[in-house]
Amino acid sequence: MKRDIILAGVGGQGILTIATVIGYAAVERGLHLKQAEVHGMSQRGGDVQSHLRISDKEIHSDLIPEGRVDLIISIEPMEALRYTSFLAPDGWIIANKKPFVNIPTYPDFEDVWKSIESMPRSILLDGEKIAREVATARSMNMVVLGASSPFLPFEIEELERAIEAIFSRKGEAIVAQNIAALRAGRALAEERNLAIH
Amino acid sequence: MKRMLLLGDEAIAQGALDAGLSGVYAYPGTPSTEITEYIQRSKEARERGVHSDWSANEKTAMEAALGMSYAGKRAMTCMKHVGLNVAADGFVNAGITGANGGLLVVVADDPSMHSSQNEQDSRFYGKFALVPVLEPANQQECYLAAGYGLELSEKYNTPVMIRITTRLAHSRAGVELSELRAENALRLPTDKQQFILLPAIARKSYQTLLGKQAAFEEESESSPLNRYEDADDKSLGIIACGIGYNYLMENFPEGCPHPVLKIGQYPVPRTMVKRLLESCERVLILEEGAPILEEQIRGLLDVSFNIAGRLDGTVPRAGELNPNIVAKALGEEIAVGQDKPALVQPRPPELCKGCPHIDSYNALNEALHELDPGRVFSDIGCYTLGALAPFHSINTCVDMGASITMAKGAADAGLFPAVAVIGDSTFTHSGMTGLLDAIIENSPITVMIVDNETTGMTGGQTSSARGKLEDICKGLGVPEEHIIVVEPLRKHHDENVRLIKNELFYRGISVVIERRECIQTAKVVVKIPKEANA
Repeated sequence: MKRDIILAGVGGQGILTIATVIGYAAVERGLHLKQAEVHGMSQRGGDVQSHLRISDKEIHSDLIPEGRVDLIISIEPMEALRYTSFLAPDGWIIANKKPFVNIPTYPDFEDVWKSIESMPRSILLDGEKIAREVATARSMNMVVLGASSPFLPFEIEELERAIEAIFSRKGEAIVAQNIAALRAGRALAEERNLAIH
Repeated sequence: MKRMLLLGDEAIAQGALDAGLSGVYAYPGTPSTEITEYIQRSKEARERGVHSDWSANEKTAMEAALGMSYAGKRAMTCMKHVGLNVAADGFVNAGITGANGGLLVVVADDPSMHSSQNEQDSRFYGKFALVPVLEPANQQECYLAAGYGLELSEKYNTPVMIRITTRLAHSRAGVELSELRAENALRLPTDKQQFILLPAIARKSYQTLLGKQAAFEEESESSPLNRYEDADDKSLGIIACGIGYNYLMENFPEGCPHPVLKIGQYPVPRTMVKRLLESCERVLILEEGAPILEEQIRGLLDVSFNIAGRLDGTVPRAGELNPNIVAKALGEEIAVGQDKPALVQPRPPELCKGCPHIDSYNALNEALHELDPGRVFSDIGCYTLGALAPFHSINTCVDMGASITMAKGAADAGLFPAVAVIGDSTFTHSGMTGLLDAIIENSPITVMIVDNETTGMTGGQTSSARGKLEDICKGLGVPEEHIIVVEPLRKHHDENVRLIKNELFYRGISVVIERRECIQTAKVVVKIPKEANA
């Protein structure tokens, strides 16, 4: 078992929260894990990515080779497309719909969304909208993680336990909101996935 | 055995703590910052009283660590590669004095310049100073290298360098911890002249250091970080340094069919290198950084062996390695994903929304509006982003402190007005001495200290300048009437432009302090009381 994942977004958007939840679940399961993060200059509003590798065997490289990524999880739509050269032929893109516009050359939104939907395996979702329905917009990350969860080697309960452990110091309400967001994302992915098959 | 999920940086910190570290000395710098931060956050380090406050710069850090080693305790200093340039005087001479308590010099290099102005390889410095260099390949080896390095340091009374690069510094993996070793007691050097580098003594000490080289190489031959992995297909042999080994093995999940020499400790273990060169038809050298080993093995005339690496283009001459570059060098087939859609635009880093530097640059741009461009000398920090759109405010960024000294040199050449833009932390790191030069000659430059009361780019570490800037400038000799403090806010824009203009056209040294707290650290401060109330 091996999953190579790229987490993508813009510096300051908090992609590392998703990485932390997946990482916690992987460690609980006793799996090997490597997670390359971006610190420093790019964190100031630039494009950021994290390579997250999970395996039941030893992992050598901290970076994933091109053409081998099983899953691109992006909390910004254009950023999802930045890493398509890494995507394996049967790899999936799970991307949040809301553009983060901090450059004057940001492309037309519709073109970005169409480009993602034209990929052979992709889920584009309005994470903020779904998060607001079940929790608050801030739980968007967990909606995106929920939508990615069918492609991860974990039961949904394992991710919920990870959320509990990581958010517990922020209080029960925050834990509940994040779990609700996770489930809503999961439900959406299952719906879309059925429609594809 | 306890297992933790740690960044390479954190694994070095935990390894040093578990090996009885008594103090870490550092100035923040990507990708090395998290080593010291980990120790600052460690409950165990706090309880033990392990020193971990930030130093003013890498040189003061290096020297303080040497002082702790002098007193017999185990010390570590951490920096980014260019920080070692600042610390180089202390570092190279510490090679000659040698250590007393274990002394680790940890340097995190940044090949591909993710967050740096160059990609110099610190292994050069290790060789230059004639001290052992450890280059761990993974997080577990980072942990090991810290304790092993301290042992080696005390065994030979020598500083030991640990060299890592960005991808290992900032990548997390599971690490198994060892038993805790107690800290050393205070114990002054038995030779009371060991640390006196008067020429007559230094000559002897240097001979002692030269005399240790054979033993250092012997240590490399039996190091836990160096390994010869034999295999049948000897049409190719591979020397893989540091994390180059990981990228190699990534390409051979079932094991490498060729002999591999994994190198993680220098001086280079020549017996192992000889064995590989003599048994393989062709040798590929993978180095995460400059082709240091490759140049040594090729020699000046490059005639004896069939070698491939960065110097013949098999591996690109510049930039970090990755699995694909190594695959290409091996002639392996590479998987290809989908082309990146043409609509994807570059997204460079930028100043945060609400950043005080935005208001500082808007005011400076307007104050300089009627003059020819090319008058603003800047420095290393978030404010270097003022080089990019929409500001285009600065014309130089070279090294820590070069803003003031370059502005002075240009003023000496006749440029007027000339402006230096430097951050508060960079100013106390390396700006003060340059300012003194300008004060002594009353150089007609305006020094704009953009004081966000923190070390911003590396994540908001305490700035040594905090609360001291006016006093420092006054104390150095800037006339009080030319030390102007303004608050960079849009509502003060017109007034700030007027004040900056006054100083720009004053034919003497002046300092404008633009003081407003970093928007990132301000957020953190606001958050804490809120959570406490909830």
